[in-house]
Amino acid sequence: MNTATAPALPALLQTNPRLDRWVRFETRGRVTVATGRVEIGQGVLTAMLQMAADELDVAADRIDLKTGDTDLTPNEGYTAGSQSIQYGGVALRLALAEVRGMFLDLAAARLGCGPAELSVVDGAIVKSGAATGQDYWSLAGEIDLSRHATAQTAPKKAADLHMIGGKTPRVDLDAKVFGAPIFVHDMTADGMVHARVVRQPRPGATIAAFDEAAIRRAAKGPVDILRVGNFIAIIGADETAVDTAAAIAPSHVSWDGLDPINPQQEEARWLIQQPSIDRVIGAALPEGPTQGGAWREATFTRMHIAHASVAPSSAMAVFQDGHLTVWTHCQGVYPLRAALARMLKMDASTISVRHVQGPGCYGHNGADDAAADAAVIAVNRPGAPVRVRWRREDEFGFEPVSPAMVTTVRARRDDQGRPSDWTTEIWSGRHSSRPGGGGNLLAAEALPDPPPVPPAQDPPEANGGGGTRNGEPLYDFAEKRIVHHLVAETPVRTSSLRGLGATINVFAIEGFMDELAAEAGEDPVAYRLSVLGDPRARAVIERVAKMANWQPGASGETGKGRGIAFAQYKNRAAYCAVVADVEVDEGVRVTNVWCACDGGLIVSPDGAVNQLEGGIIMGASWALKEGVRLDSAGIASRDWETYPILRFTEVPEIAVELVDPLVDRPPLGVGEASGGPTVAAIGNAVAQALGTRIRDLPMTRERVMAALLKG
Amino acid sequence: MPPISLTVNGKPAQITADGDTPLLDVLRNHLGLPGTKFGCGLEQCGCCMVLVDGEPEKSCGKAVSTVAGKAITTIEGLGTPDHPHPLQQAFIDEQAGQCGYCLGGILITAKALLDRNPSPTRRQIAEALDDNLCRCGSHFRIMRAVERAAAQMRGATT
Repeated sequence: MNTATAPALPALLQTNPRLDRWVRFETRGRVTVATGRVEIGQGVLTAMLQMAADELDVAADRIDLKTGDTDLTPNEGYTAGSQSIQYGGVALRLALAEVRGMFLDLAAARLGCGPAELSVVDGAIVKSGAATGQDYWSLAGEIDLSRHATAQTAPKKAADLHMIGGKTPRVDLDAKVFGAPIFVHDMTADGMVHARVVRQPRPGATIAAFDEAAIRRAAKGPVDILRVGNFIAIIGADETAVDTAAAIAPSHVSWDGLDPINPQQEEARWLIQQPSIDRVIGAALPEGPTQGGAWREATFTRMHIAHASVAPSSAMAVFQDGHLTVWTHCQGVYPLRAALARMLKMDASTISVRHVQGPGCYGHNGADDAAADAAVIAVNRPGAPVRVRWRREDEFGFEPVSPAMVTTVRARRDDQGRPSDWTTEIWSGRHSSRPGGGGNLLAAEALPDPPPVPPAQDPPEANGGGGTRNGEPLYDFAEKRIVHHLVAETPVRTSSLRGLGATINVFAIEGFMDELAAEAGEDPVAYRLSVLGDPRARAVIERVAKMANWQPGASGETGKGRGIAFAQYKNRAAYCAVVADVEVDEGVRVTNVWCACDGGLIVSPDGAVNQLEGGIIMGASWALKEGVRLDSAGIASRDWETYPILRFTEVPEIAVELVDPLVDRPPLGVGEASGGPTVAAIGNAVAQALGTRIRDLPMTRERVMAALLKG
Repeated sequence: MPPISLTVNGKPAQITADGDTPLLDVLRNHLGLPGTKFGCGLEQCGCCMVLVDGEPEKSCGKAVSTVAGKAITTIEGLGTPDHPHPLQQAFIDEQAGQCGYCLGGILITAKALLDRNPSPTRRQIAEALDDNLCRCGSHFRIMRAVERAAAQMRGATT
């Protein structure tokens, strides 16, 4: 092997080099394939199965897929950032291609022919279309899968793929439509107890008084109360009794150390006044004044956003014979295991963390914390399987939220009205406080000897950034920079949620592009194309304009508007352009959305469309409805009345098209690609309908009325 | 406490529980029917929807004593993998779901709709499902699946 020209081993194969970590042939006729990625509602299990079946040439139903298990699967960190296919899938395909090649080499040696003369049909080795009597299982005993991956065998070309790009139904959907117990919330075990945690209102708060007797009286059934430091749990075999006690428990505990927060911080502009960690990414700051003349700027804001999964977090744990096993719907079983080991002062080798599906996950929600709750209770009640489920009010109140943000865009225009210098200036709290990634587990904060407050940090630019995500426009401006103000102190815990900073940054950039196009007297589509060289970016804009029958210069009827927006997620994942039609009277109604997306080679076209549709609907919900409300105690919007999301009667007609999904190109993550462009397209459509722009999210009825009065 | 009698998915059931026990807890914990989900416990999201004498009702806030003698249908009573209800088949055909946590409640609400209106418009489907929340954003294909099921059921009965 010529190492000088060898392609670099992907990072995931460097951290998980043993091939048997990815694939095993343990039972005749069966193949075990393992992925560190987990199903969070996005359909990744199905996509992994399609890739494995194609790369190994076995029927999909021969494959036993292991997923997210510290005992059984590779360590792939977190299932996050639209990276499962783009990185996890690519690593899996490389490993499986190499293993298939090893089998063919051995078979060729046995048969006295060249490996190129052989192929695999559903696990059997075939020569010139004829059976050879050899198959994966007859050869497996002589194949050493403990050896390290080299990534020297290329995965199949697109033309040779059968499952990838095909219409494989979701492997998990049947169970869900028949009501099978597929979620953590449905797990049961002999001797299982239910548990609810009486949440420490915030880190550092200490119990002043605690009326256990009142809680027991309310339960109407026997409950066990665990108190360790400032961690309180109500435990019992009867879930109804535990729930009843948990519902009234918060009013029987009083806390010290609760300084009131400022509820006005629910709107984002306060961020600008805060101390921050500042940096400039890209071109040096321009010299001289940046206002007046050819300069123009606009400021956009959004409130904190909740994950608002349709169910609260849950977990199960049991501590038996010195070993802790935790079942969780978290995004990363290995990072969680490390965090649990630190919290419990246990060796990680004595902890197993297993992923089980939960309600849709869009980022760092309460799942890790619920797992920590279950773990703390389990080690304090050895032998009993403990199932924790948060109360809905606690999920809204204590899950990390996506930080409120301010984004100012500033441009100097040239003689043609096009930016020659562009700044995106961003104020935001942190977009990462994952356990082990800059944050603490809630239970750890409540236990005696809590961990120190972690330093403020944001996802690095190498991972697409946090607040800065998509802060750099893809357009061909001569000078581009991001000015990032990372605000260390936020009134509530913040972390990553689908799109991170991209949502408002795309809203700001694309809104400002429309303003610049209008000033130049040009059509928004033509204006964008005039400053955009990337052919794939141009193609999605042109495609979506065609889908929506975009008419340059159309001003629309009164009360109706149409807008376009574009982004390449993280400037490195899928390209996505969206056109939205709205009707505006007292409020905004999104009537139609068209979306064109280039995600490179698409493993599961229908799955990708499903994800893009989901991003469009979530984006519409962000644009029109969502913002976490605060009061002096913290998060005040703790139910669906106070945190409304888009409902069925508010969902637009949606059309999604994939650009060249079966062409042999690296896959680009699509899961988060459509949210930002949707919010921005709706913003542009509303601006056209109103004749004035709303730059603060959400675009509620109140803001529409205010804009009408002002406009 | 005296046992409470009800009919669940066509079979009689005797429940020994406090009458205030939520129907949701009875279904999940006493009768071993986990298809009905806890979503909020506040009667706001629809994950816990069941049919009570044919009408869609949220079971999380409904005391079991109030449904004594009534017929309850849960998602497990709609159909099975071998004998799917046309709605369940249509949801699979349209791949109408992502995380799927909300689907049981949505299927129950959709069944109640089709039972009283075999030819709903898109608008009527949306209005019927408006009390059911879906966060993943599968709404569009869920409505398409309900339309598909309605068409199949109409075809089967004509």
